[in-house]
Parts: sequence; structure tokens; C-alpha cells
Amino acid sequence: MSLYQVQKLIYQLNRDPRTRERYAAERDAVLAEHELTDEERRALVEPDIGLLYVLGVNGQLLMHFAALHKIEWNAYLEAMRQGLVRHGPVREGVYAATGYEGVEAHDARLKREREIH
Amino acid sequence: MPLVYCGACSHAPGITARAERADTQARQALESAFRRMGDDIRATRPDALIVVAAEHFANFFMNNMPAFAMGMADSYEGPIEDEAFLRIERRRVPGNKALSRKLIEGVMQTVDVAYAEEWKFDHGISVPLHFLTPGYDLPIVPANINCQGPPLTPLKRAWAFGEALRAAADAVPERLALVATGGISHWPATPDSGKINEAWDREFLARWAANDRAALTSYSDAEIYRDGGQGGFEIRTFIAAAAAAKGAKGTIEFCEPIPIFAVSCTIARMQIAA
Repeated sequence: MSLYQVQKLIYQLNRDPRTRERYAAERDAVLAEHELTDEERRALVEPDIGLLYVLGVNGQLLMHFAALHKIEWNAYLEAMRQGLVRHGPVREGVYAATGYEGVEAHDARLKREREIH
Repeated sequence: MPLVYCGACSHAPGITARAERADTQARQALESAFRRMGDDIRATRPDALIVVAAEHFANFFMNNMPAFAMGMADSYEGPIEDEAFLRIERRRVPGNKALSRKLIEGVMQTVDVAYAEEWKFDHGISVPLHFLTPGYDLPIVPANINCQGPPLTPLKRAWAFGEALRAAADAVPERLALVATGGISHWPATPDSGKINEAWDREFLARWAANDRAALTSYSDAEIYRDGGQGGFEIRTFIAAAAAAKGAKGTIEFCEPIPIFAVSCTIARMQIAA
């Protein structure tokens, strides 16, 4: 596992315009500068946001990597949910899914609770 | 001279990035509260604003992660995020290198703070500034506490950092305001984004308003993660602000859970004697 290397590449893409330009022009060369497993490399190239989440990439890095690939917010959240279905629980990092009811249902419940009080 | 303003606010990127997806009334109330906070800060006639943030891998990464850092430059750039995503235009934000240096030298007397002569603001600073200083006319002194990459800065050290910031601020002739930014409970950028533990947030804010050091610093990281998610680790910035208030009590001026913004959106102020 080389979660650190995956996260470092995404960190550099997020903060450095030149790395983004290079990634667009010569992606393989940029990827070769990081010690990645085949699975990590595949997840980055596709990009498979769900798998990157399951591999343990921090959402504060991953959401910008998704935005870089023009993946809209709801599609980003859904990709992570699908990642959990397809690849199983998060393998590393700080995350554990908690069976959250979803933003819309949660919002509606909070509103109902406020009306009761 | 003594700190002239001390407060805390939310910085969630959704506040600007997903503005129209929130309940209109709730969003407008939050934005009004933000603008009032900006007015309150300006009313204290500060020469600079210290922003104690919990950045998200814009500058600091697990290759060299400081427990505390402060910016020491005459200008900063931000936001680092995609402008279309965050809906805040990237710009240069004024700093004050000489003032930063004096403050850092003061803080270093008791807390080993890293300093940075370059610093890219992320939403942790850019979202609050968008509302608080929309003219970008107030020099910023950015400060950071590691709330992202474990092992995290211990809560008691976050308190010590707040005390050190206050002592340093009181020792310079400039009028300084301080705002801490962060979420309370939240699960940002994960499949659980939007989940909010409102009861836990209100309990934390009650401890903050009471400026109860023992209660504020009694949480373990395991408890925070269980009840407040990984975003809850950002309570460190609020704790630093409480310490900087030097015993003053606080007022929660706005607190409303807005799930599409992923946090209990909060505006709070310590009633320090300016």
C-alpha cells in the first residue's frame, strides 16, 4: 500500500498549476514519479473516485481531484458510495461509513424537529 | 495593545460553493450574521486580522506537518480551490510581514510554531474573508493548527497556542482582531457529508461560551471522531480562540445546522474588553 504516494500526487495536483499542466500533457511521466501499485495507478487514471476513497484518500484532497475531472458534487458523493458497494469498506485512513441517511432526508428531519419544538 | 476582537466562525466550502442549494431563509440569515461579524470587527478598528484556521492540505502535508504554523508575508494568494467550484475569485490578499514576525517571535516564547513566507489560502480562510472583509483591505496574519493529518495537535496544546497568540498580540502596539474558523461536527467530503450532530455542536458551543478550559479540552480524539466526525477535529481552532479571550465569556450569535453546507453554521464572539 502506498496511500501516502497517492495522496501526495493529488496534493501536488491540487496546489500546483504546473503539475496540473504536466499531468494533462504527460500524465504517465508524472505518475512514474510516484511509487504506486497497479490498482492505485488505475484508480487515478480512470479516475475511479470510489476506489480512491476506499483506498483511504482524504476527502479534503479527493473532492478537488474530482472537481479537476469536472465531476459534480452529487456525482462525487455517489461515486464514493458506489465505491463502498463495489470495493468494500475503506481500507486505510481515518474514515468509516456510518450509515448516514443522506442530506435530503437529514434536512427534512431537522426541519420536522424544529417545527415540533 | 490588548486584542480588540476575538471570535469564531464556520468556513465550510459549501457556504459559497453550494449556496443556492440551501434553504434560502437559512442561507440569508447566515450571510447576514457573517456580515454583522465583519461590521463588528471593523468597529474595533483593527490594524490586522489573525485568522486561526484548520487548513486542508493547501500548504501542509504529511511530508512535513507542523502542529502550528503562522504566515510571515506581505501578501498571500487564495483561494487555492477551483474558482468555479468555490465561487470565490482567486486574488492576492494583503499580509504584514513585519507584524507577523513580531507575533511569531512572541508566540515562540512558549509554543514551537513553524513559520511560512508563502501560504496559499484555502476555503478555511477564503470563505470567511469573502464575507468578513469583502474589500480585502485588512492585512491578514494566517495561523494554522493541524486538524487534518494524524497525529493531530493535542487540544491542550491548541489552548496553549491561543494563550501564546494573545500574549504576543498584547505585546505589540497594533490593534489586532482574531477569528478562529472551523466546523464543529461534520463529515466533510465523504459519503456522510451533510450529517450534523447538532446536540454535540450545541454542547461544545456552551462550553466555548462559558470559556471552560477543562471542559473544552477534555475530549479525546476517539470521542470527537465518534460524535463529531473527522471534521470535528477542527474544534482546535475554537479552543485556541477561547484561550486567546483570556477568561472572557462568549456569545453564540448564530448557530444553525445547514446540511448542504455540511455543518452547524456558526458565528460566535468572545466578549473581550477592547
